[in-house]
Amino acid sequence: MIKLLWLIPTLPFLSALILILVGSRLSWRVAARIGAGSIGLAALLTILVGYEFLSSGKDAYLHVAWNWFQAGDLSTTFAFYLDSLSMVFIFVITFVGFLIHIYSIEFMQEDEGFSRFFAYLNLFVCSMLILVLADNLVLLYLGWEGVGLCSYLLIGFWYSEEKNGYAARKAFIITRVGDTAMAIGLFMLFTVFHTLNIQDILTQAPLVWTTGASMAVLIAFLLLGGAVGKSAQLPLQTWLPDAMAGPSPVSALIHAATMVTAGVYLITRMHIVYELAPLAQLWVGIIGAVTLLIAGFSALTQFDLKRVLAYSTISQIGYMFLAMGVGAWSAAVFHFMIHAFFKALLFLAAGAVIMALHHEHDMFRMGGLKNKLPTIYWTFLIGAASLAALPFITAGFYSKDQILWLAWAGEKGNLWFFLAALTGAVVTAVYTFRMVFITFFGEAKTKISHVPGMRITIPLVILAALSLLGGFIELPHTLGHLTLFSDYLSPLLPSVTLKEGIESTEWAIQLVTAALALGGVYFAYILYVKQPKLSDEIKSSTFELHQFWFRGWDFDALYNLVFVRPFVYLSRINKNDVIDQFYTGLVQITEYFNTAFVKTQSGILRWYVMGIVVGAILIMTISLFVQP
Amino acid sequence: MMLASLIAILMVGGIAAGFLARVNQTACRWLSLITVTIAFGIILFIWIDEGLSMTLTDSWLRDLYIPWIPSFGIAFHLAMDGLSLLMLALTFFLGILAVLVSWKEIQYRVGFFHFNLLWVLAGITGVFLTMDLFLFYFFWEVMLIPMYFLIGIWGHENKQYAAYKFFIFTQASGLLMLLAILALYFIHGEQTGIYSFDYFALLNTTLTPDTARWLMCGFLIAFVVKLPVVPLHTWLPDAHTEAPTAGSVLLAGLLLKTGAYGLIRFVLPIFPEAAASIAPIAMLLGVVGIIYGAVQAYSQTDFKRLVAYTSVSHMGFIMLGVFAFNELAMQGVVMQMITHGISTGALFIIAGVLYERIHTRDILRMGGMWKKVPFMGTVAMVFVMASLGLPGLGNFIAEFMTLIGAWQANKLLTIIATAGLVFATAYSLRIMQKVFLGKNIEGHGITDLSLREKFILVPLCIAIIWLGLFPQQVINTAKPTVANGSHAKNHAAIHNRTRTDNVQYTSAFDTERRKP
Repeated sequence: MIKLLWLIPTLPFLSALILILVGSRLSWRVAARIGAGSIGLAALLTILVGYEFLSSGKDAYLHVAWNWFQAGDLSTTFAFYLDSLSMVFIFVITFVGFLIHIYSIEFMQEDEGFSRFFAYLNLFVCSMLILVLADNLVLLYLGWEGVGLCSYLLIGFWYSEEKNGYAARKAFIITRVGDTAMAIGLFMLFTVFHTLNIQDILTQAPLVWTTGASMAVLIAFLLLGGAVGKSAQLPLQTWLPDAMAGPSPVSALIHAATMVTAGVYLITRMHIVYELAPLAQLWVGIIGAVTLLIAGFSALTQFDLKRVLAYSTISQIGYMFLAMGVGAWSAAVFHFMIHAFFKALLFLAAGAVIMALHHEHDMFRMGGLKNKLPTIYWTFLIGAASLAALPFITAGFYSKDQILWLAWAGEKGNLWFFLAALTGAVVTAVYTFRMVFITFFGEAKTKISHVPGMRITIPLVILAALSLLGGFIELPHTLGHLTLFSDYLSPLLPSVTLKEGIESTEWAIQLVTAALALGGVYFAYILYVKQPKLSDEIKSSTFELHQFWFRGWDFDALYNLVFVRPFVYLSRINKNDVIDQFYTGLVQITEYFNTAFVKTQSGILRWYVMGIVVGAILIMTISLFVQP
Repeated sequence: MMLASLIAILMVGGIAAGFLARVNQTACRWLSLITVTIAFGIILFIWIDEGLSMTLTDSWLRDLYIPWIPSFGIAFHLAMDGLSLLMLALTFFLGILAVLVSWKEIQYRVGFFHFNLLWVLAGITGVFLTMDLFLFYFFWEVMLIPMYFLIGIWGHENKQYAAYKFFIFTQASGLLMLLAILALYFIHGEQTGIYSFDYFALLNTTLTPDTARWLMCGFLIAFVVKLPVVPLHTWLPDAHTEAPTAGSVLLAGLLLKTGAYGLIRFVLPIFPEAAASIAPIAMLLGVVGIIYGAVQAYSQTDFKRLVAYTSVSHMGFIMLGVFAFNELAMQGVVMQMITHGISTGALFIIAGVLYERIHTRDILRMGGMWKKVPFMGTVAMVFVMASLGLPGLGNFIAEFMTLIGAWQANKLLTIIATAGLVFATAYSLRIMQKVFLGKNIEGHGITDLSLREKFILVPLCIAIIWLGLFPQQVINTAKPTVANGSHAKNHAAIHNRTRTDNVQYTSAFDTERRKP
């Protein structure tokens, strides 16, 4: 079965191809079967492959499809590499992907671009699988750009809206800025190692570099550039909130569960390089810490349901970066997986709400949905609880708690990281339950037009179950001490060395985290259920700050001022190409002389005679003074 | 003889097609199509037959030597290596498409059009094959003049201006090359006593660094004008925009490539030291071109003009790669020559197809066409992505190899060039947005691609994807030319081989001293 690994990305690719070529002629039923079925098959294969892989006890499996290109020293293959890390990723991609595809069948049923939607979505799954299965960095880059393309296509899926196209282009261009840094990182890696094969680089790196080698640091920073672009971290985070212009299943799959975590995958995959570059690793943590706060505060002020979730995604990926910054690799991957479950759930549930309310995105026009859409309410509540990391019962608690603990207790952790993570935890709880209370409690403000069917509710229920139970495969020391997940990753990803004598504080940290999360929920309850006036007062008294956060800390305005406008301005004023003026000038001078000399050929004899006389005098005068 | 027959087929076919049009225009089109297809078939045959088994030491496939004007050391000397083979395959592939795109577009003086079209192709074929510098100059002009007519007669509104500009730029720079060729000829003659225009003889000329630099400049200017390199590029937007679709395809797809080919074939081997000494400047010019072209492309509102500026940007990679002096970069350059020919050719064809339907090239008047023409939109998406260098498509392989090679030569310039990819994203997506996405402004009731148009664009799509996923065949074919420093000198082997086959052969190397 493991020999069929190549089929896992190939199946979505083939179905994308079919849908692109003949999709418009297929009925929606057939298109849906091809589109979702292929992912279902891929998910099934993933289980079979995963079972065989795990029972074989081998570290990795490599499948070389063909030699891609080879010139000079550079040799690349189209090859898939499966190890425990990529296993986690392909599992999440195919499974969550499959659930989202099922959901999309109903969600997109009425859309005239139905088969186009599934084609793009399948192409995305294929690219994402290539990204995480690539055995060399060039192939990884192919997947990396491929998911970028699909993200562009799907954000701008409803293309007749001008603003959707803008959001799509913004996403593509900003992530490309990061990709450029990453490409330069690849050039440098190639210069050092004469190969771009990931495993070769990882085995050679410790032999070539000592810890802190400047080349290693530089390369680690450049790869980080790529990662912050894709994963919407500071300073390239601005595209993600706008990316919500895409259909909700797209936001769930691409802009929450999978693609945006590509940066986490890249850094985890290259973790050996980062451990040789402590400075870069520290910065991974700093970026994560700052991003999780900035995005968290922005999430507090949004009124568009999906934008809250978008900022929350940025913030949660910030947690993953923070984890990687302190070397808690398996904690980052664990949080990635759990986040994929609950964030996909939240987006899908939000999509169902939005669909039920005539495409209303504004939370303040929702309200009172608790009793009208009970399934949606309960599943959303579970997702929200997991996001807010409500203690003991939710998966989010276990994954986030691990990060908080290691930010405090890990060797590379420090007080600032811990405080940032702690503050973030409160903020998360507040904005999450603000969202829950505003949307589902209070009075109903909009009528329900569409009651979601089975294809929407079943994926929600499954994801809700995962958001609760997924956490129990990794429990902290104080609560059961189960380490299935980190053991599974441990040969590949080293565990964190703790500071000495700090273990005894673990229960205290957990207690604080738990109390703060509950406190955050209670705070939201007071502000948005008990005394709604209070929240209005806070808002009006801090209006400037509120608006500043609402606009995402004005990063857009800054980038427009510094990059976009000068570029567009330069481009516009030089539309007619100033260099061409030079050649036009040459022509004009030539023509000027032409007209001037034409005048001398006037046909008037006395002018000619005068010319001869003057010329002769001039020549004689010159010859008098200039002796040869 | 196969090499000569390639040129002969096109020239004779061109004349025949020209006359046939007086009787029947459709027959003229078919004849042109068949002529180019035969040439394409011959090249494919050579490629499959021999091209795949080339080795580093036996890198010349064919050679033909017929004395032409022996008293001046001028010979009809054609030879083919991997690079020429690839360029010719591209030439005839695009040639076939150029005939096909003109099927409906050209309704006026059909015979003369096809005559010119085939003669341009013949000139290009000659340029890619000639190993005699006098003959090279001859073919350089042969491709210029019919192109002038193609633009001047069948072009758009401002065709006269564009045709003049194209002609003067190319001709003026070509004259400099002629001077350099003559100087080289005399210097070589005085040194060795053998007056010959033969490429392989002139390769061995010893030049003082100063002379070498001046002579190289003669060649270089001719080639970089053609390429084009900023600031010598301004003929290109006009010529590309005003030319008929077939003209734009040939210009972007092939004529620009003759400049790149000239750099690889002549400038580097004949003046290796001089070329190395200007490498930083040349790479800088390349990078300036990448950025300048991209910035210019962003603000254009004329579809064809926009694509023309993207060519300026993409050709910057060629300058960057050629002067990086390593195998990887050079492979990237060869790949770029091919993939750019395909992707830009395709974008011009899409512009032409749109023009036939809505009679404008102004992208501000387009928009929202995806709904009406999804097939065209999908095809356009592929080539827009190719132009921004999406992996999986051929252009990525080219740019990646060029950049990774250039990195070994000059880090700063490579960084700027890589940043150019962001600009490429900006202008490429703008094409998509303005033409196919957004609101349908004028409500053009347009129809999707016809069968003939699909027949043109689908092979281009397949080619660009194929090159992105399986580029190795092309790399292998180019390898002997670009990987081996003594490639040109390997020529002696095949030269002697053909010598026994060819009775007419008299070698420039054996003949007694000939003085003009």
